[in-house]
Amino acid sequence: MPPRVNQLGLKRTEYRGKPSTLCPGCGHDSISNQLISMAYELGLDQHNIIKVSGIGCSSKTPAYFLGGSHGFNALHGRMPSVVTGAMLANTDLACIAISGDGDTGSIGMGQFKHVIRRNVPFVYIIENNGVYGLTKGQFSATADEGQFLKYYGTNHMPPIDLALEAVIAGCTFVARSFSGDAKQVQALLQAAVRHPGTAVLDIISPCVTFNNAETSTKSYPYGKDNEIPLHEIQILAPDYVHAQDEITVDDYAEGDIIDVEMHDGSFIRLKKLENDHDPRNRRMAIDVLERSMREQVFSTGLIYYEEPRPTLAQTEELVETPLAKLRAQDMRPPKSALDGVMQRLMPS
Amino acid sequence: MAIQTETHQTLDKRAPICNDFAFSVATKNGSGSQTSNNVLVMSLFRMGIPVNGKNLFPSNIKGLPTWYTIRASKEGYTARKDITEVVVAYNNDTAPEDVMNLPPGGVCITTDKIARIIRQRDDISYYVIPVTKLMRQATVPSAFRKLVENMTYVGAVAQLFDIPLDLIYQVLLDNFKGREKPARMNHDVIKLAYDWTAEHIVKSDPYHFERMDGTQGKIMMTGNDAGALGAVFGGVNVVAWYPITPSTSFVDGIIGFRNLRQTEAGENTIAIVQAEDELAAAGIITGAGWAGARSLTSTSGPGISLMAEFAGLAYFAEIPTVFWNITRMGPSTGLPTRTSQGDLLFTHFLGHGDSRQICLLPGNLKEAFEFGWRSFDIAEALQTPVFVISDLDLGMNNWLSDPFDYPDEAINRGKRLDENALRAFIDDHGKWGRYLDVDGDGIPYRTVPGTAHPFAAYFARGTGHDEMATYSERSDDWIENMQRLRLKMDTARALLPQPIIDDGRAADIGIITFGTNDEAIREARDWLANEGIETNYLRVLALPLAPSVSDFIDAHKSIFVIENNFDGQLTQLIRLEHPENISHVRPLALGDGLPMTPSWIYQNLIEQEG
Repeated sequence: MPPRVNQLGLKRTEYRGKPSTLCPGCGHDSISNQLISMAYELGLDQHNIIKVSGIGCSSKTPAYFLGGSHGFNALHGRMPSVVTGAMLANTDLACIAISGDGDTGSIGMGQFKHVIRRNVPFVYIIENNGVYGLTKGQFSATADEGQFLKYYGTNHMPPIDLALEAVIAGCTFVARSFSGDAKQVQALLQAAVRHPGTAVLDIISPCVTFNNAETSTKSYPYGKDNEIPLHEIQILAPDYVHAQDEITVDDYAEGDIIDVEMHDGSFIRLKKLENDHDPRNRRMAIDVLERSMREQVFSTGLIYYEEPRPTLAQTEELVETPLAKLRAQDMRPPKSALDGVMQRLMPS
Repeated sequence: MAIQTETHQTLDKRAPICNDFAFSVATKNGSGSQTSNNVLVMSLFRMGIPVNGKNLFPSNIKGLPTWYTIRASKEGYTARKDITEVVVAYNNDTAPEDVMNLPPGGVCITTDKIARIIRQRDDISYYVIPVTKLMRQATVPSAFRKLVENMTYVGAVAQLFDIPLDLIYQVLLDNFKGREKPARMNHDVIKLAYDWTAEHIVKSDPYHFERMDGTQGKIMMTGNDAGALGAVFGGVNVVAWYPITPSTSFVDGIIGFRNLRQTEAGENTIAIVQAEDELAAAGIITGAGWAGARSLTSTSGPGISLMAEFAGLAYFAEIPTVFWNITRMGPSTGLPTRTSQGDLLFTHFLGHGDSRQICLLPGNLKEAFEFGWRSFDIAEALQTPVFVISDLDLGMNNWLSDPFDYPDEAINRGKRLDENALRAFIDDHGKWGRYLDVDGDGIPYRTVPGTAHPFAAYFARGTGHDEMATYSERSDDWIENMQRLRLKMDTARALLPQPIIDDGRAADIGIITFGTNDEAIREARDWLANEGIETNYLRVLALPLAPSVSDFIDAHKSIFVIENNFDGQLTQLIRLEHPENISHVRPLALGDGLPMTPSWIYQNLIEQEG
């Protein structure tokens, strides 16, 4: 049997990166794997993708997926600004950016909020484990109040909820997930990569070395026992909407299905589980996140979605040709233009 | 009025002084004096008189004292003068001191209110303008009254020193972009003061202006506008910035010239992002440079401090981008609205670890324009950030210049491989690695995202890497990389703009400088030559230093390094790079927040030389 290939004729292995150097069992590696699957399943051209990250365990991972894509492991907390520049330089690119809870929630909070405000189109993944791994186990700003760590004692400060911060900042695509829930991560990634705006995925991704005790809400045991998906998520691309329609809709009563139409004509189909949640309702999104934080309920899924605002490149009214590909004659006005400026500055 | 009749008898006997004197206009910040001063400068410029206007202003929106100095020089000297012959004393807080600063025979133009509080000197001329009375006659809506009050001194100056009113009106029209209403309103006030002065004041000083042909074919502009225009002709694509004095008007300039680069449909080829801080601004231009666009930021000392981390990353990951540092006085917040050359060493070594940044050092408008475009070619040719170090004096003041030359070199994207070039490269060399030096000049070949070739991708990082851009902590990889970066810097020395050298005189003394001290040095050298002291002169245009700097040092018995900072930073750099036989190299370093003057250079050089 010939090996399975995608629509570009590529094998899944061709979307891999270098071998991971993270701790065996690290949640981040599961996310890298889902990114590989996503790009393979959607048949993405690797040369049109960039991978950008900050600093930290999470930020090392772009080396471990999509080896055919340009990558940039930048500065701690500064990934969003690098993405902003790159996505202005070449609007043909898609961007997958990786950050962590320290990288985004502490040192990078300002850039996190502002890149959302500018609506730079990219997938912003926060691999959130509540702890600083590379510096060996300090609390991050997303650590639970009252949590105990061996060297640092008890955390007395309330956590920052990064998904909530994203909604408040005006993000038009906000999701929370769990790296142990491969299926949901996959569905959310497939939706996020289609979103022409900043898409924030706050993925709880356990640190097996420093923060995996059952008592930690960022651990595998906790996540496995307590994750409450808001919906079952299915992504329906424009070309197979109808076929899928027939199979799935019958199983659900009307009102239990929410089809969120995306910009490119595809749908995020959300099937109701235990709770009512409509991600198109901003107030509901904020309530879900507030409740999750106060009652320590691990709700996952698509938290908030709205039709995206114009991207930064659109508000800048840029030419269609990517700036990085402009010809020399489009980058230097003719001599007559300079002479005209000079003439106006001379004593008449 | 009594004062002037006492003095004018004696003063009148002096020979007339035409087109060769300086004004100081003392007003309160935010009082609208910028327009008045600009009108005076531009009027003199249009009369054909070489002129320079320098704004010595406070870090304040309204109320603190500000001085604008205007120097007219038929010889074409445009450096600041320590002493101005005329003061317009329109600020009651500073008027007593402003008057005392006048030389004997000087002129004080002031208001009736202020005249009552200043000490009277019998060796100067006083012209007192009844501003309140004149403004009562003016038909100006009350909302604008305070803002146009300063036009009264424009009218008085025009009458006293012979600036034609019709020419002033033309300048006003230009200033208000052709709108007649505000031009007319200002002109009416000017005319009131002009006529009043003609009727009531007996001129008792020798100064006046006369049309000449000293500015024909020349332009007036600020250095920030010149640099911005240069950047637009250099193909800038992405501008990211955070407002900071004195660099803000640089980006304003790009916004103003952005239309030169629009498509017929009005689409932009320049994105301009006001970032949340200087960290983000540096990140945006680094990301844009990495992705293949020409990117630029403009900032000043505190902003450069914040950009240090990205500067180090861009240096080490070898990403072309351009930083303009419009230097103001530090350390720290320092004197935010005063000029300085105090960031030379910090900028050159910006970033932790062993990093050394390319710096371009414009000294006038033409160089600001040229480095505006050339900085991108250098950044891409060397694959490294380029820092253009200008200063507040050049950046924000109006300078006289010959028109700019259109770039004489085509846009140079450096060693950048597209799909086909990458294929050919791999055919030739067997493989491509991002940091592989196949030419032996320290400069590797790069690809940018979006290159449709299976081996085009690489991983940019600030961590240790080998020539294939793979993460490496090996000592030999690290050393090899650092050696290549050093080689690249040595390659740069010959590729960068070379020093401007005037060594044609039989002189023991050599002067070395950089940046905007040039005008003051030019004049001081003429003064010295008149005293029989010949000097040769070298002005550094770029860092790292060119080899000719060493030759110049060796060829003179006495070297003075003139710089407008406190520690003599260029001197320190010369000592570092040229450590042998340099006991004859001495700094003449000032750093008082003001543009350097010829008299300071003249006096200190003579004193030191003994």
